[in-house]
Amino acid sequence: MARRLGFYLLLAPLVVWLGALLIIPHIDLFVTSLQVKIRPRVYELGFANYAEFFTEPLYWNTFARTALMSVAATLLTLLIGFPVSYYIAKLARGRARAVLFVLCLLPFWVSELVRTFGWMILLRETGVVSSALQWLGLASGPIEFLYNDAAIMVGLVYTSMLFMAVPLVTTLDSLDDSYIEAGYDLGGNGFAVMREIVIPHAMPGIVSGCIVVFMLSLGNYLTPILLGGKDSLWFTEQIYSQFITRFNWEQGSAFGFLLLILSSLIVWAGLKLTGQTLGATVGQGQASR
Amino acid sequence: MIPSIPQSPFLLAAYRVYVGLFFVYLAAPLVVVSVFAFNDSLFPSPPWNGFTWDWFFGEAAPRVGLFHDGPLLKAIGVSVLVAVFVTLLSVAVGTSNAFLFERESFPLKNFAYVLMLTPLVVPGIILGISILVMTNGLANRVYDAFGIEIEALRPGLILVVLGQFSFIATIATLVISARLRKFDIGLEEAALNLGASRWTAVRTITLPYLAPAMIGAGIVAFLMSFENFNTTLMLVGSDAPLTIALFTRLREGSTPVLNAISLMLMIASAVLALIAIALQRDRGT
Repeated sequence: MARRLGFYLLLAPLVVWLGALLIIPHIDLFVTSLQVKIRPRVYELGFANYAEFFTEPLYWNTFARTALMSVAATLLTLLIGFPVSYYIAKLARGRARAVLFVLCLLPFWVSELVRTFGWMILLRETGVVSSALQWLGLASGPIEFLYNDAAIMVGLVYTSMLFMAVPLVTTLDSLDDSYIEAGYDLGGNGFAVMREIVIPHAMPGIVSGCIVVFMLSLGNYLTPILLGGKDSLWFTEQIYSQFITRFNWEQGSAFGFLLLILSSLIVWAGLKLTGQTLGATVGQGQASR
Repeated sequence: MIPSIPQSPFLLAAYRVYVGLFFVYLAAPLVVVSVFAFNDSLFPSPPWNGFTWDWFFGEAAPRVGLFHDGPLLKAIGVSVLVAVFVTLLSVAVGTSNAFLFERESFPLKNFAYVLMLTPLVVPGIILGISILVMTNGLANRVYDAFGIEIEALRPGLILVVLGQFSFIATIATLVISARLRKFDIGLEEAALNLGASRWTAVRTITLPYLAPAMIGAGIVAFLMSFENFNTTLMLVGSDAPLTIALFTRLREGSTPVLNAISLMLMIASAVLALIAIALQRDRGT
């Protein structure tokens, strides 16, 4: 009997937490997105807020642009992060290896705001890069590197790197060197060993990293706004302006729900494609950070 | 490419250069932020005008240093307050969840576990707006029915705490569960055999064993709360936590006082992070 009571005492916080802060809010969000304003304070149910999204090119262009830029940021993060993770997991030894791994993690304990501020100091017209180029005689006047898509990309890749590096290092680390040796013994060259042995083994880490990075890029607000400027056209910015600037919560809720659907679809597809579960992927990735 | 397989030295050198460049890329923004905290200039940008402590200790405008900047200090206070509540809530719920998922079996357990993980794959801004929409709707209904205005349900610090807690609790659960999984349940059974009540056994045997993970989860929760921006942005009222205050200043145009505060933040989070990593290493043994 006491054991039963104990179980309910343990269950209660979980139910309250997930019910009150996850499930009900998302139901409310969906219901709000279906409210169509007829007159002030008079609403009826309908899909007009979603129709508005599809008929106004600015909205779905921003949506598609955000999705594509996030995909690009994810691929770039993987391409840049994989060799470094491989180096840490397979080439570095002993103390150097632990130090490199911690060095890899430390910047990400610093607020995203501080990191983005750093990139602003580096990239703006009066910034460090522009001044250095002038000093070296490579540029005749100040150059503005901020407020374009490349700056957004630099910031997104930077911000995401941890979430790629940790799962990659963890999975690569679990690959026994003897498999790689066997690959070479059997006559494979470096490329074949990479394609046939290393990458298939690292797949869970790659998927886990890509899912988290994509999701974080899609939902990012700071980096596109601060590095991309007023015309960064990021979808989270549309949600923010519907909620805070225009006070059109119904439209904002519809936008929020669309972003949530896209994000969840990508996560689901990533897991399905590789036959993994959310628990194994996200659970392990997040716990190890 | 592994050490036991011979490689061309040229390739290996090129690889090392690449890894070196990567770490330069990682360090660059943090280094410039720190360096320009000491620049004797009104703007955090080149040229270098000499060294100054003004942006930490300056007293008069236009050089109000961090330690005399009232609004910034107040924002730090707000952030600490929020982070303390988020930490306590997350560690408490995380510990309860760890026992639930590691010790109990119940119908729909797998479903509950996946649901418990979902806050990590919902973008932060959506967690924010969904909680905003729910609490605001609730406040409106209460107001319409009873004519009572519940301030706590309008944007403000309580909502910020709830919003951050909604996903940080998941991380606390994962960290604490991982250690509870390694616990030898025989120790607890021994205590029960020796006549301890169930609660005494958990309190004197299991909880001390979990303590490093609980402290580690607490540090992670504190840092994540302190640095959170997206969820906070949608739920914030008139008291702005530090990240929101910094964001507003950044958009207005920055002075090196922002570098000074960034440097302090970096030092504080580095210290906390190193403690968390040390605790994690301890957990492995």
